[in-house]
Amino acid sequence: MADQAQFAELAMPYMSALYSAALRMTRNPTDAEDLVQETYLRAYRGFPGFKEGTNLKAWLYKILTNTYINSYRAKKRRPEQVELDDVEDFYLYKRIGGLEAVEADKGPEMEVLDSIPDETVKKALEDLPEQFRMAVLLADVEGFSYKEIAEIMDVPIGTVMSRLHRGRKQLQKRLWDLAEERGLVPSGSSSGG
Amino acid sequence: MDCEGAVPRVYHYLDGELTVWKRRAITRHLDECPPCAQGFYFEIEIRRVIATRCRDEAPEALRRRIADALGEA
Repeated sequence: MADQAQFAELAMPYMSALYSAALRMTRNPTDAEDLVQETYLRAYRGFPGFKEGTNLKAWLYKILTNTYINSYRAKKRRPEQVELDDVEDFYLYKRIGGLEAVEADKGPEMEVLDSIPDETVKKALEDLPEQFRMAVLLADVEGFSYKEIAEIMDVPIGTVMSRLHRGRKQLQKRLWDLAEERGLVPSGSSSGG
Repeated sequence: MDCEGAVPRVYHYLDGELTVWKRRAITRHLDECPPCAQGFYFEIEIRRVIATRCRDEAPEALRRRIADALGEA
């Protein structure tokens, strides 16, 4: 049984990570702060039930996710069931590799990628439909395994895999579209759609 | 393993969620196929960009509020 007196010491170091995730979930700083605070209070109350030696970070993310679903999404009865369009493999690589400047001088694909500002990357992730956004966030920002994500989101592993696959590809497309809209890459410069 | 076998498994490969045998087969293919290898490499870079750019610092006021709330709880 975990000791509540230890809770702050063990759980506080995850606050920025939880706050970042909360921002991507709620897309609003005020809601994100409230969500993180509520998560910490619930986690504190539930801490005697936390099994020592298991993954505290995953446990906190599960509480964050449940709190978000129960409190902040309450206005919407059900999560939107969205189907995403198929996006071709290596979408972003092919688009960036098709830029004239890149074609002329092999190699600077990474420079184009690195030149995309943080805000644009965050926006691309936040624009994903919720179920895909959560899967990509947990896997690619937080580094959770399929099994951990399945437990956090309370869905089968197969569902995690398909959401990740579609969500990641959609994220690349969104990132490219935003880069074009914001003039970070020449608009309409790529071939194909 | 050819390109059609390797490319759809890019995420399983990078996530480390493949059997040892599948993983070896893909690694062998990447050794022989520079276009696939570059595509895989770029996926790693995209992931690095997502992981490093989507981080925010918790505001100091929030930190204090939570510390206070836990102190009273």
